[in-house]
Amino acid sequence: MEIKTTGVAGTLESSDIQVMLSKGDNGIEINLDSEVKKLYGDQIEAVIKTTLTHFGLTDAKVKAVDKGALDCVIKARTLAAAQRSTKTTDKPALEVL
Amino acid sequence: MENKAARHIPETVLKSLALKPFSGVEIGQPEVNYIAHQVNVTTGENKVVDSIADVIKKTLKDGMTISFHHHFRNGDYVFNKVMDQIIALGYRNLTLAPSSLTGVMNDKIIAAIKQGVITNITSSGMRGSLGDFISHGGLKQPVIFRSHGNRARSIEEGEIKIDVAFLGVPAADPAGNANGQTGKAVFGSLGYALMDAQYANHVVLLTDNIVDYPCTPASIKQTQVDYVVKVDEVGDPDKIGTGATRFTKDPKELKIAQMVNQVIVNSPYFKNGLSFQTGTGGAALAVSRYLRQSMLDQHVKASFALGGITKPTCDLMDEGIVDKVMDVQDFDKGSAASMAANPNHVEIDASWYADPHNKGAVVNNLDVAILSALQIDTKFNVNVMTGSDGVIRGAIGGHQDAANAKMTIITAPLVRGRNATIVPDVATVVTPGSSIDVVVTERGIAINPARRDLVAALTKVPGLNVVSIEALQQAAEARVGKPKPLAYTDQTVAVVEYRDGSVIDVIKAVKD
Repeated sequence: MEIKTTGVAGTLESSDIQVMLSKGDNGIEINLDSEVKKLYGDQIEAVIKTTLTHFGLTDAKVKAVDKGALDCVIKARTLAAAQRSTKTTDKPALEVL
Repeated sequence: MENKAARHIPETVLKSLALKPFSGVEIGQPEVNYIAHQVNVTTGENKVVDSIADVIKKTLKDGMTISFHHHFRNGDYVFNKVMDQIIALGYRNLTLAPSSLTGVMNDKIIAAIKQGVITNITSSGMRGSLGDFISHGGLKQPVIFRSHGNRARSIEEGEIKIDVAFLGVPAADPAGNANGQTGKAVFGSLGYALMDAQYANHVVLLTDNIVDYPCTPASIKQTQVDYVVKVDEVGDPDKIGTGATRFTKDPKELKIAQMVNQVIVNSPYFKNGLSFQTGTGGAALAVSRYLRQSMLDQHVKASFALGGITKPTCDLMDEGIVDKVMDVQDFDKGSAASMAANPNHVEIDASWYADPHNKGAVVNNLDVAILSALQIDTKFNVNVMTGSDGVIRGAIGGHQDAANAKMTIITAPLVRGRNATIVPDVATVVTPGSSIDVVVTERGIAINPARRDLVAALTKVPGLNVVSIEALQQAAEARVGKPKPLAYTDQTVAVVEYRDGSVIDVIKAVKD
């Protein structure tokens, strides 16, 4: 799978996460900004990484602004951003979730 | 050492502050001695002055203790006006001992600490940038957090010895009689400030409204006051009543409020003569609406409502459902106005309200207290002081004191964002689990197993989902996951006292 454009999903509302994906060439690099980073930072990054790997992306720059989202929300926003950036929104890859 | 709340309290902290570890919620019947204060005798003439700086120079020396009240809340102008002068005059090593601190004071306090003007703080709480500053080790000496009742006790027993109290009032006469009910920046009850007026060595009133003698009702009396300083404005009327007071539309909070009402109605305390205290959280405020309907339906009248007071509580009195309002602090304009208009709306001082070491405080006559929490643990301990990141962002207020009620109900959502509210261990124990009876969340209620009578009364109520506190904790964890433990340094940045002055917990600096 290849990133064709910058893809964004999610809002900055509380309990949501905004995920922005752009081209990278050094694995999955995550830049996370979170209100609960001290407590859940590792977990949030792991969920993003796993979701992208399952989707078939190996290289990507990820900018994530988290407002206390639960794991299910993080997965959904990450997948949506991935599909937008790979221009595959016509084929929802729900099996990734 | 480990105290009775199972918290580790460093011996060095106990020793350097000469404090005892928390040993239980029973106050017993100790014999205590109140301290007296200095009186500079005058005939009462020539108290009115224009210059804050002159009064400070006459009354204040390096190393002394100064106090303020927080009745103006976020509309306070007095604190910054006085602190500006104290900083400019180059004072050092002062102890700041206000009834509490509000956000508008934060920047000034941080500046004063950095310049060595303030070196010790005791307060009910702190929030925002100041809490962050203290939690990152900004002050060398630990802050001492005291409940409103404990502050009254500490003042009476000399643990807080106020040298100069700077008290802002919306109305005073030239001799120093004053109240919080007339003028522009009215806030109603002067409850917390009455301790300072009674026990400080020097009492300085600041007002933008000098009225004809005698100013009545005289909450603060001319016999207590050294100076009356005329200033242009003491507070912003529009900001005194903002913040906590709002009626919620949040369905989760409304559900919690309905469940709290069911708990009260099905408890042994729901009968004529009922008394209650509600906090100002969204759910707590909504309870008063449901409780009103239940009281009307079942013809139950309350003898009194207590505490920090809001307009909805005053409305219950005006409707004849509540006989009297015992008021130590007002949270909105409506309740401040009610005190001036209704003789059954009674101003009480912090000692009368909640002091554990007097001959009986109103909290001892209280049936039901509805309080909020940042965290509750499986031992029913409550934290209202530190956030899930370990940073100071709260206040004890009257939490420990009102928890003395016959039935103390804690309301909280199961989770807030990604933070669990019901946790295995709270970050900071403020109110011990032994004084908490019922925890109400939108996912069910947990009853302290020690209260078998309440377990029996409430488990059979149709529609009331009674579960164990462990079940609530697990439900929260299932939703948000297991957090990484917080990292702290060895520096003790604050000490949390129980209402009798013993140490219930300490707060360490956070590691970032």
